Amino acid sequence: MSLFAKKLLGVSVATALLGALIGLYVAAWATSQPPTISASTAPASSGGNRLTLMTVAAIGPKYSPTHPDWVSYLVRQNGKWIHSTNFSVPAESVIHVTIDQYDSPTGLRNAFLSQVQGTIGGTMSVDGKTVTSIPPEETSHTWVVPQLGIFIPLPGVPEEAKNACEFAPCEGAAHRTVEFSFYSGKKGRYRWQCFVPCAAGFWNGLGGPMQTVGYMDGFLNVV
Amino acid sequence: MSTSSVAAPAPQPIGRPVWRRLLGFNLLTAVLLGVGGYYLGWWIGHLINGPSFEYETATDENDVALLLAYTFGVIGFLIGLGFANYPISRLLGRPASLREKESEGIGRYFGLCTDHKVVGMQYMVGIGVFFFVGGLNAMLIRAELLKPVPTFVGPNQYLSLVGMHGTMMMGMMTSGVLGPFANYFVPLMIGARRMAFPRIESLTFWLLMAAGFILVSTIFFGGFPTGWTGYEPLNDQAVMGMDSYIVFFALVGISMALLGLNMMGTIITMRAPGMTWSRLPIFVWSVFATAILMVLAAPMLVATLLMAALDRTIDTSFFVAGGGGSSYLFENLFWFFGHPEVYILALPGFGIILELIPVFTRKPLWGYKLAVSGMLGVSLMSFFVWQHHLFVSGINADLRPFYMLSTEIISVPTGFIFLCVMGTLWKARMTFAVPMLFCLAWVFNFLIGGLSGVVLSDVPTDTGLHGSFFVMAHFHYTIMGGLIFGFFAAIYYWVPKMTGLRFNEMLAKWHFWLMFIAFNSTFLPLFVLGLKGMPRRVSTYEPALQGLNDWVSISAFVLGISMLIFIFNVVYSLIFVRKPAEANPWRSKSIEWQLPTPIPVNNFEQIPVFDSDPYDYGTPLQIDGGGSGQPATAGA
Amino acid sequence: MSSSQAARPGEVPPEPNHTFRFAVLWLVTTVIALPLVIFLIGPLIGPGNGSAQSSGQGTDFTVLAVLATPVLTLVVFYLLYAVVFFRQPQGGTLEGPAVRGHARVQTTWIIITSLMVLAVAVFGTARLEADNGSGSGSGPNPLTVPSGPKLPVQVIAQQWLFTYRYPTYGGVETTELVLPNNQMVEVHVTSLDVVHSFWAYKLGVKADANPGVDNVAFVKPTKLESFTVRCAELCGVWHGYMYNTGRVVTPAAFATWIHEQQTRLAPATKVLPKYSTTYLPEPKKRAEPE
Repeated sequence: MSLFAKKLLGVSVATALLGALIGLYVAAWATSQPPTISASTAPASSGGNRLTLMTVAAIGPKYSPTHPDWVSYLVRQNGKWIHSTNFSVPAESVIHVTIDQYDSPTGLRNAFLSQVQGTIGGTMSVDGKTVTSIPPEETSHTWVVPQLGIFIPLPGVPEEAKNACEFAPCEGAAHRTVEFSFYSGKKGRYRWQCFVPCAAGFWNGLGGPMQTVGYMDGFLNVV
Repeated sequence: MSTSSVAAPAPQPIGRPVWRRLLGFNLLTAVLLGVGGYYLGWWIGHLINGPSFEYETATDENDVALLLAYTFGVIGFLIGLGFANYPISRLLGRPASLREKESEGIGRYFGLCTDHKVVGMQYMVGIGVFFFVGGLNAMLIRAELLKPVPTFVGPNQYLSLVGMHGTMMMGMMTSGVLGPFANYFVPLMIGARRMAFPRIESLTFWLLMAAGFILVSTIFFGGFPTGWTGYEPLNDQAVMGMDSYIVFFALVGISMALLGLNMMGTIITMRAPGMTWSRLPIFVWSVFATAILMVLAAPMLVATLLMAALDRTIDTSFFVAGGGGSSYLFENLFWFFGHPEVYILALPGFGIILELIPVFTRKPLWGYKLAVSGMLGVSLMSFFVWQHHLFVSGINADLRPFYMLSTEIISVPTGFIFLCVMGTLWKARMTFAVPMLFCLAWVFNFLIGGLSGVVLSDVPTDTGLHGSFFVMAHFHYTIMGGLIFGFFAAIYYWVPKMTGLRFNEMLAKWHFWLMFIAFNSTFLPLFVLGLKGMPRRVSTYEPALQGLNDWVSISAFVLGISMLIFIFNVVYSLIFVRKPAEANPWRSKSIEWQLPTPIPVNNFEQIPVFDSDPYDYGTPLQIDGGGSGQPATAGA
Repeated sequence: MSSSQAARPGEVPPEPNHTFRFAVLWLVTTVIALPLVIFLIGPLIGPGNGSAQSSGQGTDFTVLAVLATPVLTLVVFYLLYAVVFFRQPQGGTLEGPAVRGHARVQTTWIIITSLMVLAVAVFGTARLEADNGSGSGSGPNPLTVPSGPKLPVQVIAQQWLFTYRYPTYGGVETTELVLPNNQMVEVHVTSLDVVHSFWAYKLGVKADANPGVDNVAFVKPTKLESFTVRCAELCGVWHGYMYNTGRVVTPAAFATWIHEQQTRLAPATKVLPKYSTTYLPEPKKRAEPE
């Protein structure tokens, strides 16, 4: 083997190694997803299968060093708030959901989504009061699973509220509590999303967190 | 145009210490200046993008900073390579020099080199690397599609992979043939010592490399969701990763326009005596037709992307319905570039096929003028068909019959190419060397691609197919089946000349057969999936379609393996075994095969004089037609 | 001009009449293939018989396939014929005939391909206009509008949901598309944000949804069945998940269904904006930073 070939071989091996490292990085990037939180791990005292969620105006540096000012959902597991939007719930069962809503209203682009649909009884409770719809302009976020027909509009904390939460964690700040139950039905992997253009800084409020799993989008695994 | 005043190659001083050799304008300096420029742009972007731009400051996304960072980074990279030296020296009143950096040795492959043969090799390796990156994206996409529900790739990342695959292939492979083979062989074939603009020639390559790295850097900024088309207003919504797409495609556009200009300049002005237009090798004609498209179409892309960048950064509303703009505007501008673009990809394939088939059939090219008019016709017609991409969009619905007609008319000049191939095969004396196998496969692939295109050009049937996997299968048949098969034909045909080394024949045949079978096995079922209503660019589909999708995915992996065989063959044959190739293994009569290997820096000691085209094969018969019948006198 | 033409003329067998042999091969294969295409493959391609438009598209597919068949057999069997018969003998260095063209063949080819192309274009145009746009989105003012009563239905696309509005039923908006059978439907497609595309595969309808644009398509369902509506234009992260189901039902069932929806969705209908062909919700700039 000539010197030239040896050099070339060395370069090729180095390139292959570099390529493998880059490949590993890309694979890690492509497959990275938020953890899946199961509703059945909720304590029995909360009534069985329960998802406890929180929406915040900004996720804050504690939960997301890369996008601290993105609007986001959080989910509670074992008393701790976790930055994830992937949930799993058991099939053919009643699921209870509590959403603590800490964000101010933005308003819907399609007012149709202000009506509650797909829950047991077709209603939800807002701070203990049972409603079938909320004024579209008071909507702050929605929790919608289109393939299951679940449409939940979430009312915002009034702008003039005293101790509004700037970024997560938000416990103790002014909030609205929304509660509802739905029947999970068949097994499957469904997506859920927010329909309110709530992504500050993006065109029409529809980019960034509105299009990123882990913020305003996620999966609902019915298992 | 003087070709005699060539600076003598300066011999590289041997024995200089390594640190001394690293100083100066080379790739290391270029990378350092590129990184420096990147951070400079980033800093300036954050400086000027102050509180007045409320949209930007409300989030950590700063498109201004990233766009400036990329721009400054590319400028720094090019300065580091030495692209500013010549203009500055001229500004300082120094005398004009014709060429530079034409030293011997491997170092010239890693910097600005004005030898068109070096640039050709640079293109071959550089584009090859990004071609395989794009291919790996496709492997990940197909792995995700093994199951109808999303499995291991996140939905955001999936769209980014789709976008990166498409953009990489459509952007990089535009120069897939013109870069390596036209740069290398057009000056040889027309009897020139160099390209018309040797520094620009090198610039097009390094712009493309910078662009490639910018595109893959998108994964650091969140990727982009739009696919290679970058439709507005989705483009406007996307995170910073979108800026990588914009800068990538703009750089590719600039590179393409310059490459096309350089090719046109070279072919028009630098032909040797006797190399008349009617003796021009058909490959050079195809390059010429492609160059016209590049020069006319690519600036449109750059302008469109500039508008998109302005929409994203300073909130202009070219493409925003609420602000007086229109999403149609982007679609029109994009496809006015985008449709010529697909012919930029297809035409060099035509050229390679028609150039190679006479060699392996031992016959002159049948219907030379028909082939030329076919390529120029495709080139011209491709500017009149773009709205067939918008058949169901609702714009200019009453004009659809016109676009239907123009799209279908473009199959007439394409048909000329088929007729010329078939005419050349008639009563031929075919040998089935690997390049010829790729040429024959091209005929089949492009036939399927062309016929499926007719179905898509018809509005009623396109209604069911637009945006489905059928479209995807169609353009993979024309681009992969057309361009990439031509590309590999050219590699197996010309690399023995370029390197002086021969490929392992058995591995090459394995590569061909595996690639041909796996290619058809991958993309034929995609027509069926499209007909069954599966849309493009989705990571979830109807469970009933899983069987076919799995078949496609596994075939795609086999296609990937065939590429690995090719890489293995390159490493094995060209690095380890290094068997010298015969001087003219295909008994070609084209001039490049009459030159010594390696071809000297200045190509020809004396500029050759041509008195026929290079297709002087065959026994003259008393059938009508017939060329000059005189042997080509090669120079040197 | 080194080798070849002097090579062993005695060993080359007399050439058969290739033109005749290939013409026969082509005719035979085409005659065999055409019935297969018409009766076997034709009915399989195309979106089925869910509507007048999709049946029409099925016919068009068959016609195009019939036109493509002779071209396909011509090139494929020519290629095979050439590979089998026009080869260099093992290790030979024979040259082929130095034919550089054939004016009559070239002219014939140009004329025939041009005529075929014109025929396809004329056929496509005629079918497009006769079928009222063949289910394709034909812009705000379609050239040909079907006569007779039409049920207007608006498709509102947004990231990432289709909703449907029935302006003649109090503008009620639903998440399910239900259509009465044998009734010409005037589909108005629009978008609230980015470009989407409304694709009801079984009905043969596809129309892009552009913001600020009313894109009209006509479809007449002819079969009682459920169908899937998908988005056919990349529109963001949930593009592949932007689907829902629809049903074609009898006119009586449709009347029952729409009244149910009017009652059930009354709270939402009350707050909806007035029916309009396009909607441009103001770009929201929320929470302006200090």
